[in-house]
Amino acid sequence: MTDVQVAQLVDTRGMLCPMPIVLANKAMKALQVGDVMKVLATDKGAIKDFPAWADDTGNEMVSSGEEDGALVFYIRKGDDE
Amino acid sequence: MAAETQVLGAEPIGGAIDEDGVRRIVREEIERAFRKDPAKKRAALIASKGTLDWAYPPLILANAAAAAGMETAVFFTFYGLNIIHRDFERRIKVGPVGNPAMPMPIPMPQLLTAMPGMVPMATAMMKSKFKGKGVASIRQLLEAAQESGVRLIACQMTMEVFGYDERDFIDGVEFAGAGAFMSDARQAHVTLFI
Repeated sequence: MTDVQVAQLVDTRGMLCPMPIVLANKAMKALQVGDVMKVLATDKGAIKDFPAWADDTGNEMVSSGEEDGALVFYIRKGDDE
Repeated sequence: MAAETQVLGAEPIGGAIDEDGVRRIVREEIERAFRKDPAKKRAALIASKGTLDWAYPPLILANAAAAAGMETAVFFTFYGLNIIHRDFERRIKVGPVGNPAMPMPIPMPQLLTAMPGMVPMATAMMKSKFKGKGVASIRQLLEAAQESGVRLIACQMTMEVFGYDERDFIDGVEFAGAGAFMSDARQAHVTLFI
């Protein structure tokens, strides 16, 4: 994933539920619609939590995967419903 | 007769609707109502226990709800008041008595779990285990909750019963009764008693 301009990196490695989504949510508030946030996580719950959170908040999960042993999510800010 | 023009999005009304059409229209209307439903954006939680193991679930869920964009309120009642007491860090403990499911460093008969020193030991053990795994502390969860707009509400009735004063609680706590909680809860799809 190098073709996406990342507006904000949120590193939640080492944190457990619910702090990864709490931090991501806080960071997302400061972004503009269309901006992409990259989240790094090691909490295995994040695999399910981030897609659900993105869906709940009207943001778009662009892609997800693994990077250097951490989970990585690219989430694009949507226009709040 | 002039040529008909179909209004965009409008469904023809009348004889030609078959059963599938009715189902589809009903489904679409329900989906539309749900999209506009403010109750799906609200969560009302009750925290009724004041030990370390019981303090985590309401705070974790409240933070998750707030992060999901929900207006969230936690109503602290009975021993749950302990969680928002000014001195919560010292007051919130956990003990192995009566809790055979609690993992212990060595297998231990229930009778021994009542020995002096077991509560501080179990509390310290759980705190360090949580910290070691990267779980936020109760303080961090309270701060994150308040920062994301979670309303922390102390139950006035149990405050009276236990002899608490409004000044006994952390800043930002609201005070209300069961009526206020019900008013919140009836507008929320998510209500949990913890």
